[in-house]
Amino acid sequence: MQKMPQWAEVVLVPLISLFLAAILSALVILGIGEDPIEAVNLMITGALGSTYGWGYTLYYATNFMFTGLAVAVAYHAGLFNIGGEGQATLGGLGVALVCLMLPWPHWSLALIAAILGSALFGAFWAMIPGYLQARRGSHIVITTIMFNFIAAALMNYVLVNMLRPAGSMDPATERFPEAVHLPSLHDVLAVFGINFSKAAPANVSLLIAMIACLLVWILIWRTRLGYEIRSFGKSESAARYAGIAPARITIITMLLSGALAGCMAINNVMGEAERLVLNAVEGAGFIGIAVALMGRSHPFGVFLAAILFGFLYQGGAELALWTSIPRELIVVIQALVILFTGALDNMVRAPLEKVFLAMRRAPKSERKTQAAE
Amino acid sequence: MELLSLFDLAVLDSTIRLATPLLLACLAGLFSERAGIFDIGLEGKMLAAAFFSAAVAAVTQSVWLGLAAGIAAAMALSAVHGLASITFKGNQLISGVAINFLAAGMTVLIAQDWFQQGGRTPSLIGGGRFPPITLPFVDAVRGIPFIGPIYAELISGHSILVYVAVLAVPGTWWILFRTRFGLRLRAVGENPAAVDTAGVSVVGLRFAAVAICGVLCGIAGAYLATALQAGFVKDMTAGRGFIALAALIFAKWRPWQALWATLLFGYLQAIALRPDIIERALGFTVQVQLLDAMPYILTVVILAGFVGKAIPPRAGGEPYVKER
Amino acid sequence: MTAPAIELKGISKAFGPVQANKDISIRVKPGTIHGIIGENGAGKSTLMSILYGFYKADAGEIFIKGDKTEIPDSQAAIAAGIGMVFQHFKLVENFTVLENIILGAEDGGLLKQSLSKARKTLIELEKEYGLNVDPDAVIQDLGVGMQQRVEILKALYRQANILILDEPTGVLTPAEADQLFRILERLKEEGKTIILITHKLREIMDITDTVSVMRRGEMTATVRTPDTSPEELAELMVGRKVLLRVDKAPAKPGDTILDIKGLQVKDDKGVERLKGIDLHVRAGEILGVAGVAGNGQSELLEVLGGTMTAAGDVTLSGEPVDLTGKHSDGQSRRKRGIAHVPEDRQRQGLIMDFAAWENTAFGYHHDINYQRGVLMNNAAIRIDTAAKMERFDVRPPNPNLAAKNFSGGNQQKVVLAREIERNPDLLLIGQPTRGVDIGAIEFIHQQIVALRDQGKAILLISVELDEILGLSDRIAVMFDGQIMGERLPSETNEKELGLLMAGITDTDKPHSAEEVAQNLAHSHGEVR
Repeated sequence: MQKMPQWAEVVLVPLISLFLAAILSALVILGIGEDPIEAVNLMITGALGSTYGWGYTLYYATNFMFTGLAVAVAYHAGLFNIGGEGQATLGGLGVALVCLMLPWPHWSLALIAAILGSALFGAFWAMIPGYLQARRGSHIVITTIMFNFIAAALMNYVLVNMLRPAGSMDPATERFPEAVHLPSLHDVLAVFGINFSKAAPANVSLLIAMIACLLVWILIWRTRLGYEIRSFGKSESAARYAGIAPARITIITMLLSGALAGCMAINNVMGEAERLVLNAVEGAGFIGIAVALMGRSHPFGVFLAAILFGFLYQGGAELALWTSIPRELIVVIQALVILFTGALDNMVRAPLEKVFLAMRRAPKSERKTQAAE
Repeated sequence: MELLSLFDLAVLDSTIRLATPLLLACLAGLFSERAGIFDIGLEGKMLAAAFFSAAVAAVTQSVWLGLAAGIAAAMALSAVHGLASITFKGNQLISGVAINFLAAGMTVLIAQDWFQQGGRTPSLIGGGRFPPITLPFVDAVRGIPFIGPIYAELISGHSILVYVAVLAVPGTWWILFRTRFGLRLRAVGENPAAVDTAGVSVVGLRFAAVAICGVLCGIAGAYLATALQAGFVKDMTAGRGFIALAALIFAKWRPWQALWATLLFGYLQAIALRPDIIERALGFTVQVQLLDAMPYILTVVILAGFVGKAIPPRAGGEPYVKER
Repeated sequence: MTAPAIELKGISKAFGPVQANKDISIRVKPGTIHGIIGENGAGKSTLMSILYGFYKADAGEIFIKGDKTEIPDSQAAIAAGIGMVFQHFKLVENFTVLENIILGAEDGGLLKQSLSKARKTLIELEKEYGLNVDPDAVIQDLGVGMQQRVEILKALYRQANILILDEPTGVLTPAEADQLFRILERLKEEGKTIILITHKLREIMDITDTVSVMRRGEMTATVRTPDTSPEELAELMVGRKVLLRVDKAPAKPGDTILDIKGLQVKDDKGVERLKGIDLHVRAGEILGVAGVAGNGQSELLEVLGGTMTAAGDVTLSGEPVDLTGKHSDGQSRRKRGIAHVPEDRQRQGLIMDFAAWENTAFGYHHDINYQRGVLMNNAAIRIDTAAKMERFDVRPPNPNLAAKNFSGGNQQKVVLAREIERNPDLLLIGQPTRGVDIGAIEFIHQQIVALRDQGKAILLISVELDEILGLSDRIAVMFDGQIMGERLPSETNEKELGLLMAGITDTDKPHSAEEVAQNLAHSHGEVR
C-alpha cells in the first residue's frame, strides 16, 4: 500500500527540501554579515527583473537542462554519472572542430553538425567509463570522476598545443566564423514582435534543450529502450532474467547521457563564447547533479530545476557584483540542494509519510487487518 | 639513459611529502568503508580542514590550534555524512558529492568574509606552520654511504604529521585486527545484521568509524595547508581525496597496502613536478599535461584491470535497515 | 507449579495500518519444545522479533521465569537468556566460527583473550551437546547445516535458556533436519526451552510438546501436540478445510520436448556447478527436480532460462538451443516458447517498484501487440494486464498498483499469469509456492497441473519435498551438480529421496545420520 499520494512524493518532498536548503543558505548569508532578504531581492531583480537578466538566467538554464538530463538518464539506469563536467568539456571540442574545420554556408546547418559533433564527443567520453563498468567492473562513479580530471588535462593540451592560433598566448581557439553564429533569443523573439535584450547570451540552443527534455521523456516512458533502462536501473538481476543485457544497457545509457552532456557545448561554446576556451564548462556539469536530483530525474522536473538554478546562477553573479557575497555562494546552495534532495531525502519524507498516514487513518479507522511479517 | 635518476633523492623526498595527505585520507576512507559507509567526500573534508587549520593558525599563530580546528571542521562534515547515510539511510555517494561542494563553496565564502584576500588565507609564517623535524643522529649517520643520505635526506626532516601518518598504518592494522572495536567494525561492514542481533549498536559503530574518518581527514587537510604549503588557497586539495579513494581500492581496503599505493601515487605527483628528470631518464619529453593526468589515468587503468576482483566490504554503500 | 519459562500477555503490534500481532498470549513451560505454526504473513516472525527486542510491541507484557521483563533491544533479550536462530543466518561470512561467536560477547578490548576463552568454552559446549564444529573454519566454507550449528552455539555461548528457531529446516535435507531435531532434543533434556517457528506441519507433529497456531495476526489455538492432527492444525491455520494433496489425473506424456545431454556449468570462480547433467521432459508431464538448495538446481534453471551460459547439448522439440552464443539470453528463450517462473520473484521475476502492468510486459516488452509504431502501447498492456489479473484472481485487481504492494501469493500469480498465458511449449518453474499462503498454493498447483493437461512440458524445481512428491509425474534428484537418480512418485518416499539428496545412491542399505551429514558438508564445501 502506498504511504503517500503521488503528488506529495513528486512535488511536496522536493519543495520542502528546497525550502530547507534555502533557509540554511539564508543563515549562511546572515553569517557573513549580509541581509538575506536584501540578497533575494537583488537576485530577483538581477535575474528576472529585466529581459537582460532573463537572458542570462535562460542561458544558464539551457546549460543545466543538458547536464541535468545527462545525470537523469543515467540515474534511471541506476548509474550515477558524475562525469558531466568532462563530457561537456569534450562536447566543446566537438563543437569547435565542427565550426572551425568546415566552411558553413548557414548557421542552421552548422548547428545540426555541431549537435552531432558535441553529442559524439560527449558520448565517447562517457562511453569509456560505461564500457569499463560493464565489462571490467570498475565503479562508474570513480571512473567518471577521474575522467573529469583527464578531460581537463586533455583540453589543456589540445588548446595549448594544437588549436591555439599562432602567436596567441591565450589558450583558446580562434573565433568561429560569422556564418556559424547562432541567433540569440533577441533574434528569435523579434520574429514574434517581442522585444528581448540584445546583450544577453540566451540563444536558440534553449529551444534545442527544451526539445531534448521532451525527447528524453518519450525515451524513458514511451519506448522499449526506456523501459529496459528503467528495468535495469531498478533491478539488474530481474533485467537479466527478462533478457535485457546489462552491459549493453549500461553502455547505451552512458552514450545517451554523455551525448546530452556534450550537447551543452552548442550553448556555451557555439552560442555564447563563439570560440573554445579553457574551462568553458565552469561547473555546469556538476550542477546537473543538483538539477537532476531536484527534478526527481523527470525531464519536466529537470526543466524546472534548470530554470531555478539558472536564476540562482545569474542572481549569484549579481550578488557578487553588488555585495561582498562571492559567487561561491551558488556552490553552497548547490551543495545544500544535493544534500537535502538527494541524501537527506528520508529526513523529509519520513515525517511527511507519518502525516499522510495519520490523515488517512482518521477518516477510515475501520480498516481490515492485513497480515504482515 | 639514466633510469636511476628516476629515483633521485629529491624526488623521493617529495614523494613522501606528497604521499602523506594521500595516506591519511586513504586510511580515513579505510575506516569508513570497512564499516560499510562509502565516502567520496574525503576531498571535501580535507579541503574544509585545510582552510580552518590555516585560518585558525593564521589568526592565533598556533599551528596546533590550527590542527585542532581542521580536525573539528572535518568531523563536522563527517557528522553530516553520518546523519545522511546512517541516521536517515540516504544515498552515501550523493551525500559525499554534496559534502565536496559544501566544502568547496563554504571555504571560499568564509575565507573571503574573514580575510578579504580573494578566497585565500594569509601566508603562514613562524608558529603558524609545522616545522620540519630533524631526527636524532642525523649528523652522525650522514657520512655512511647509501644509508646515510637516505636517513638524513629522506627519512629525517619532515614535519611531525608525516611521521603521524606513517605510524597510523600499523596503528590502523592493530585496531582493525587485534581489538574488539576492530572486529565489530569489520563485522558491521560485512553484515550489519550479525552485529545488530549480537546486541551491538550498528549506528554507534558506524558513527564511530565515520568520526575516525573525520579525524584523519582533518589531519590530512591540516598537513596540506600548514606543513606542505603555507596557507590555504581555493580548491587546494586538487583531487587528492579522489586519488586517495583510488588508492584505497587499489589497496583492497587493507592498511599496509594503502601505504604502498599512496607512495606510488605520491611518486607520480612528485615526478610530474620534475619533467627534466623524466626527460633525462627516458630520453624524450613527456607532456606536462600527461603527467598531471597520470594519477587519474593510472587509477582508471588499475580499476579496469590490475586490481582483479577487489571485493569491497559486502555491506558497503547500503544503509542498514532492520528486517524482522 | 513452576513459573513458565516465558509468558506473553496481550502482545499487539501494528505497522501503519497493518495489524501484525493482535492481543497475543502464550505460556511456555520450561524444558519443553513449543511450536508456533502459521501461514506466511500470519505474524509469527513479528512476534519473535518483539521477543528478541527488534520491534517494540504497541501493547502487552513479557514475563521471563515469572518476572516481568522489558526487552527494548537485542542486548536486553540476550541478557534475559533468549537466543535466536534466524531463518537467514546472521553470520559474518569471511570471519571464522570463533570470531562470529565472540562478536558482541567479547571479554575486554583486545581480541586475544576473548578468542582463547571462547575456544575453551566452545570445546565444552560442543562436548555437552554433540555439536561438531571446527572453531577455526571460515563461515563461507561451511555448509548451511554447519552454519546453523554456529548460530546455535552463538546462543549457547551467551548462556541462552530459551532458544527460538525461525523456520530452521527450510534449507536442510530431511536427514539434516533429523540431526537438528536430535540436537534440539538434547538441549531440551538439559533443561533449555525451545520455541520452533515453522509452517511445516510434519515438524510440529514430530518434535513439539505443545503448539500454538497463528492466523492473520491472531493466536487461534494452543494445544498439546499429541491431542491434535495435521488436518486439524491446517484448518486452524487457514480457517477452512484445505486439501493437503494435489488433485490430479495420471499424466499422458507425449513427445520429448526438452532434452538435456551432458550439461556443464562453471561459475565465475571456475567451480563446476553442473557436472554433466542428462535429463528430458516430455509434453504433458511434470518433471520435478528435488535437491537441497545449492546443489545446482538454480544453475539448471538459469541455463535453460538464458541467464547463464553452459556447455553441453540441449534441444527443444529436436532443435538445438544456443547455450553460449548470441541466442543464449532470456529474449531468445521466450521466442523459442520457453517460459520461466524464476525461483526468486522479488529479485528476478518482478520489478517491485513497477506497476503490475509494467511487470506483465516484463520480458515480453517486444511483443508486437504491445507496440504502437516505435513507441510502446501502454494502454494495450494495461488492458491485457487487467484481463490476466482477472483470470488468475489477483487481488486487488489493479494494474496500476506497484508489485511491492501485493502479497507474496498475488505477486506470484502476476508472474504465473504472465508466463502461463504465453502458452509456452516448456514452462520452467522454480520454488512456485515459496512465501505463498496456503490458499494461493492450491490455486498455483491447479494452474501448473492444468498447463500439463494441455500437453505442455513442465520442469519444476522445489526444495519442498512435499511439493515435488505431490506435483511431479517423474522425479529427478540433484546432488553436487549431478543427477543422483530418477524415481516415480508412486514408487518412492521421502526417506529415499532424502538419501539421494545427500548423495547416497545405494538407498537400500542403512545409513547413519553422521554419514549423511559428512557427505553433505563435503558437498556444500565444494559447491559453494
